[in-house]
This record gives sequence, C-alpha cells and structure tokens, in this order.
Amino acid sequence: MSNLSRRKLITTGLAATAGVSGLAVAARLADRYGLIPPDHGGFYGPGETLTYAAQRLLTRHSLAREFPRSQISARPFANGKPPQGEDFKRLQAAGFADWRLAVDGMVARPASLSLAELRSYPSRSQITHLACEEGWSFIAEWIGVPLSHVLNVVGILPQAKYVVYFSIVRDWWDSVDMADALHPQTLLTYGMNDGELPVGHGGPLRLRVPRQLGYKNVKYITRLTVTDSLKGFSPEGDYAWYAGI
Amino acid sequence: MASPGLVPSLDSTYTATTNTPRHTAVVRITHWITTLCFFALLISGMEIVISHPRFYWGEAGNVLTPSLFELPIPASRSSVPTGYGYVLPDQNGWSRYLHFQAAWVAVLTGLLYTVSGLVTGHFRKYLLPAGSDLTWRALSRVLANYLRFKPRGEAEAWSYNVLQRITYLFVIFVLFPLMIWTGLAMSPAIASAFPATVTVFGGQQSARTIHFFGTVFLVLFLLVHILMVYRAGFRNRTRAMITGRAGAHKEHP
Repeated sequence: MSNLSRRKLITTGLAATAGVSGLAVAARLADRYGLIPPDHGGFYGPGETLTYAAQRLLTRHSLAREFPRSQISARPFANGKPPQGEDFKRLQAAGFADWRLAVDGMVARPASLSLAELRSYPSRSQITHLACEEGWSFIAEWIGVPLSHVLNVVGILPQAKYVVYFSIVRDWWDSVDMADALHPQTLLTYGMNDGELPVGHGGPLRLRVPRQLGYKNVKYITRLTVTDSLKGFSPEGDYAWYAGI
Repeated sequence: MASPGLVPSLDSTYTATTNTPRHTAVVRITHWITTLCFFALLISGMEIVISHPRFYWGEAGNVLTPSLFELPIPASRSSVPTGYGYVLPDQNGWSRYLHFQAAWVAVLTGLLYTVSGLVTGHFRKYLLPAGSDLTWRALSRVLANYLRFKPRGEAEAWSYNVLQRITYLFVIFVLFPLMIWTGLAMSPAIASAFPATVTVFGGQQSARTIHFFGTVFLVLFLLVHILMVYRAGFRNRTRAMITGRAGAHKEHP
C-alpha cells in the first residue's frame, strides 16, 4: 500500500511538473508567435486566448468570403446616427474636402493624408459580408485603399504590433493586430456599391476589417497610431478585443 | 477514472454488485461540467438573441429585409422595431465573453468524454442499441410503456432502454456537433479559412437560425430529461450521477 501511494505520489508529482512546465513553454511560444490577445487577463481571459490563438493559427492568411454582385443587399442597414459634433458637420458641409487622416506612432514618416491622396493610391474593391454582433448583417461592395498600402507609405517600424484607429467621434477607437492590419482585405474604405461611402455607413472614411464583426469596423476614421502596446488604449465598451469570433 | 472492469456489464446480475458505480467518474464529471456550460451558454445566448430577436434565411438579413420569423419579445437594442415601447438592458458584453468561454469548456469536456467513451467502450456498451431492439415492435413497446406511465423494471436502473439510447446518441452525436458547427459558421474568420463551414447551411443567417432551433431542441431534451429523472426517482438518480452509487435498498428480493 505504501509502495503504491509512493509510486502514485511520484507519478502525480512528475505529471504536475511536466504540466506546469509544459504550460510555461506553451505560454512563451504563444507570446512569441503572437497568439496572446491584449485582453488575456481576468476571468474570461482563457476563453479569449484560446479563441484568438486558434483563429490566428488557422486563419492568419485566409481571405474573407467574397460574393457575386447579385448577392449585394438591396437595403443595407446603417446602424447609429451620424456624428453630432460641430467639427464633423463643418467638414460635411464642405464635402469632406478638408478631411485628414493622421498617421503617427511607430512609423518612419508620420503623415497627414487628405482623402484625395488616399484616393490616388491603388484601390481595391471587395463584396463582403458585414455582420453585427447583435446578429444582423448585410453584403455590400466596399472600395478603398488597403491599410497595408498606407502603412507602407509611412513605413512601420519593426517592433510594431498593433494599429489603433480613431473615429472623429469622441472616445471611439479600436485596434487590430498586424495580421489584420496588413491583411489584403483590410481597407480604408471611401466607396460603397459604386458610389461614395454614405455617412450612415461611416463616410467619408471607414476601416473595413471583413474577418471581424461589425464593431471592429470603426466609422469616420481621422487617425491611425502604430504601436507595440495597447496600454493606454483600453478598448471602448466591454466587448472582446478580438472579434473574429 | 474507474476501470471498465468495475462497471457492471449488461448481462451481469446487478443485484450482486450494488457497490459498483452506476456511472464512471469520467461520465459523472463531464456530465456536471456540461450542465454548468449548458446553462452558461443558454443564459448568455438568450441575452445575445434579445439584441436582435429576428431570424433570417440565407447569407444576410437585417431590419430592412423580411424576416423568416420574429420572437414576440422586446429587444435590448433600439434598432429593432418590436412593437414594444421600451428597450431591455443591453447585456451583450459579458454575455459574449461568457458564451465563448463556456463553449470552449464544453467542447474540451465533450472531447474528453468522446475519447474516453470510445476507449472504454462506453458508447458501445451503454448507448448503442442492440439490433434486436431496433424493430418497430420493440420501439413501440417501450414507447407504450412510457405513455402508460408503467413503472420501470429494476434492470433499467442499470442500463438504458432503446428510446433512451437513441435520444442520448442523437443529443451527443447530432445536436451538440450541430451547435458547435453552426456556432463556428457564424464566425467571419472561420468562414474565411473554411468557407464550406457556412455554405453547407446556405449562409451565415441560416446557420444562426439553425443554431437557435438547436437550442430549442436541447432545451426540450433537458425538460424531458429532468422529468424522466424525476419519475425514475430524483434523489437516487441524481446521487448516482454525483457519487456513482445507485440506490440499492429496493433491490433485495
């Protein structure tokens, strides 16, 4: 009996040590390969980390589904009201001619770009599905410049890990990792369904991240900040940072 | 984990082995973890669904398009016209976190249960119906016993009849996988890597609608399950699923 319990004790001890060191190695590897989301702490951290890590391993380079023109929703729902601020109304009255996109942070050449400059860059259009976390969705054609192109223009520094994007609406921003920031379908969108991007859908400039839910697709973008840490950029609301679900 | 040898096989005389566990440790532990996850998923899923209690078929759908059907309840977002003059509190933040965390625990627990069930022969011994039981005659006899509220023989305290086996197999190998699959089909990232995940259902909104009906079936199963446990002796059966010991006091002739 004592023999058996000693053996049990040793095997349990060995198994526990192996388990703990295995976890430590896994955590270090996961961090190195960018598999740990910024909201990995707290009660819901384990679920968020598993989701983000699994999807980064499976979907890092995959392309969001694109649809034929016949699938474009005849009546796309524009959620929320247009910005109520005076600054937005003034820019809108001038046809957004003075709209600027500031790019700063860990970049070699910080810039302030006009819509005309953004339109002069190579454009890409895609017909993709936009799904809100509430459950509704629509399909539209989105036209814009790939975020990766703008990031190449300003030259991101090697330590960059996230791109934070800000709306003209106060306290509205979000961020994506470099996998989504450099993804070919992540667009700074200025057109929709062969026209200008309507204000209701985020015009004049919206970031489209088609592999994530609607709330990551922030409207009325005026600033991009490239960073290696999201400290100080606590996400708005209490939603999961990664929304590939 | 109890070794398979400790579990009474179907042909053994159960009266002689009242100290052997009715359910193995793996079955008991995974049963209760799944129970906890199910309630977490159900409550958080209901919170998520009330933000848009409309359902669609196909790829896309929103308040400007016709719905397949609508739940006659108020919504937690003002963007949905429900006919009610008020909006419920929005609980999607913690609900979404809890939904995915509970889903992970449920999936990992289900994997443990499935692997262990295959290795120990649990499915073959306790859940796979015997070929002779799969006749209409045998099935209707079991069903008639239920409908007549006939008291069940002691043998059923140790094994499952053919209707129970079919129901459990359906829940474990059809409903649960369908819930996981339709859940994944709603993920734009998963759909980008594996488009067939969603196209087999005809679209993301179809997957959401099937996810909802899967929940309805699982809740119906839960209600019948609790009713049956109650009829068979709630204390004994619940104790058997917690401690592993089945009630023995009635079994002495």
